[in-house]
Amino acid sequence: MQALRKHAGRPIVIAVPYLWLVVLFLVPFVIVFKISFSETRLAMPPYAPLIEWRDGVPAAVKLYFANYRFLFTDRLYISAYLYSLKVAAVSTLWCLVIGYPMTYAIARSTIVWRNLLLMLIVLPFWTSFLLRVYAWIGLLKNNGVINNVLLALGVIHEPLTLMQTDFAVYVGIVYSYLPFMILPLYANLEKHDPTLLEAAADLGARPWRAFVRVTLPLSIPGIVAGSLLVFIPAVGEYVIPSLLGRTDQLMIGRVLSDEFFANRDWPVASAVAILMLILLVVPIMLFQRVQRRELEARV
Amino acid sequence: MKSGYFSRTGLVIGLAFLYVPILSMMIFSFNNSRLVTVWDAAHSPTFKWYVSLLSNGPILRAAWLSIRVAAAAATGAVVLGTIVGIVLARFGPFRGRTLLSAMTTAPLVMPEVITGLSLLLLFVTLEQLIGWPRGRGVLTIILAHITFTMSYVAVVIQSRLAGFDESLEEAAMDLGARPVTVFSRITLPLIIPAIASGWLLAFTLSWDDVVVSQFVAGPASTTLPMVIFSKVRLGVSPDVNALATLMVLIVALGILISSVWMRAVTKRRERESQLAIAANQ
Repeated sequence: MQALRKHAGRPIVIAVPYLWLVVLFLVPFVIVFKISFSETRLAMPPYAPLIEWRDGVPAAVKLYFANYRFLFTDRLYISAYLYSLKVAAVSTLWCLVIGYPMTYAIARSTIVWRNLLLMLIVLPFWTSFLLRVYAWIGLLKNNGVINNVLLALGVIHEPLTLMQTDFAVYVGIVYSYLPFMILPLYANLEKHDPTLLEAAADLGARPWRAFVRVTLPLSIPGIVAGSLLVFIPAVGEYVIPSLLGRTDQLMIGRVLSDEFFANRDWPVASAVAILMLILLVVPIMLFQRVQRRELEARV
Repeated sequence: MKSGYFSRTGLVIGLAFLYVPILSMMIFSFNNSRLVTVWDAAHSPTFKWYVSLLSNGPILRAAWLSIRVAAAAATGAVVLGTIVGIVLARFGPFRGRTLLSAMTTAPLVMPEVITGLSLLLLFVTLEQLIGWPRGRGVLTIILAHITFTMSYVAVVIQSRLAGFDESLEEAAMDLGARPVTVFSRITLPLIIPAIASGWLLAFTLSWDDVVVSQFVAGPASTTLPMVIFSKVRLGVSPDVNALATLMVLIVALGILISSVWMRAVTKRRERESQLAIAANQ
């Protein structure tokens, strides 16, 4: 496409979405970073300016580090970060444990079945995420479906406490994010050459051994992509822990939102966001590498 | 090749895990009892929650607002996302390409609270500096939704274009077609299905969003997910079950129609290309 590469309209075509993303995606992070060094005050907006202006010239820059110091001294924040990382990691692991066999079975079925099953996996994704999380309240409550069924069957004699537990949050996250694990895994497993497994079988490898030595290593890019697609947003998850989770241990997304809405402390909320981004920057960059390779490998 | 019993059992259990909650929610939407999870066999099934839902003014107004926001956001996201997809798939190397690609993939995984907070602070700062956008409301929600949904459109378009090689476009260029003509006669028809599914994806994401909207919405503009979220935070309520059932049915119908349509388009295109090959021989 030499002609297109030199055409005069080209810079304009690139500039339009570029400008949009710089203004609405990149600049906002700079603003969050800036405000995280501001002092809170009772006004609108509720933070002090960083630069003091005198006679139209910047006279002094006031960087206020107390927001960050506060995050490290109050145990609430550290424990919320650690808890969020743990919840995201455990949920990602469960997504993998449940999603991998499902994907494997789909990738090994006939083409008609494959399309039907993939549609069944994606279909819930198109219905409301919020309502799917809500559905679990009805199942997990003390007088919910699960407890009623178990009581009626005589398995238990007193209702189990399932709501507002770690378990409920894991279930909510795994349930909502499972398609994000399955789809990249499927894109990977589908490409495997079946003759590799035939060769392994011919050489006397049992199915399990062939799986561990051939399929599993080949599917690592899919595992990485799917895991990051679950793990990164799960760390900052807000809706699921708010509806299903514990009240004595908050996740960091909830802390950020409480700082912002309930305490109206925009600088601390910004500092919480910046620390979360620092935690996630390595996984996000890894995801970008995997994603770029995936999209460019098909050319 | 056959898969083992292990993975097939896993598939069945996994699908049950995905569908049992939705089915249970749908069943209980016909339950007479206010206690959502206790089946009142004597007076069920009933449609009373559907009646109360459809006469609930705030919910209907919020739903109408959400539809308009999602349609506007999806349209904006398709325009911008399609350009990004084409630029990344077809424009070759240029300065700042890595940054563009990073700004496109990062929103796919960015936690919603961070996106919401950063966009709100942007809007507040902009209002201070240039007086626009004045206050928060429908406009700021749409701008925010365009920004986080356009990445999904871009990825859909990019992977669709990656599936075709550039020879068709190159041939048209060699024959003297201008870039605009190449785009409208070749690239656009190739990616029309991807544009359609990108629009639907963006619409769904916007329609569904509660976290980003909560940050950037003004006091006067409440979208449907915001209403549902504040309702279900207080516990289960049966008319939400009715709402969920309606949404599942609409989505299932929509997917059925679109998959029939996609199949028809693919079939027609295959037939046309076979005819073209036959005509050349």
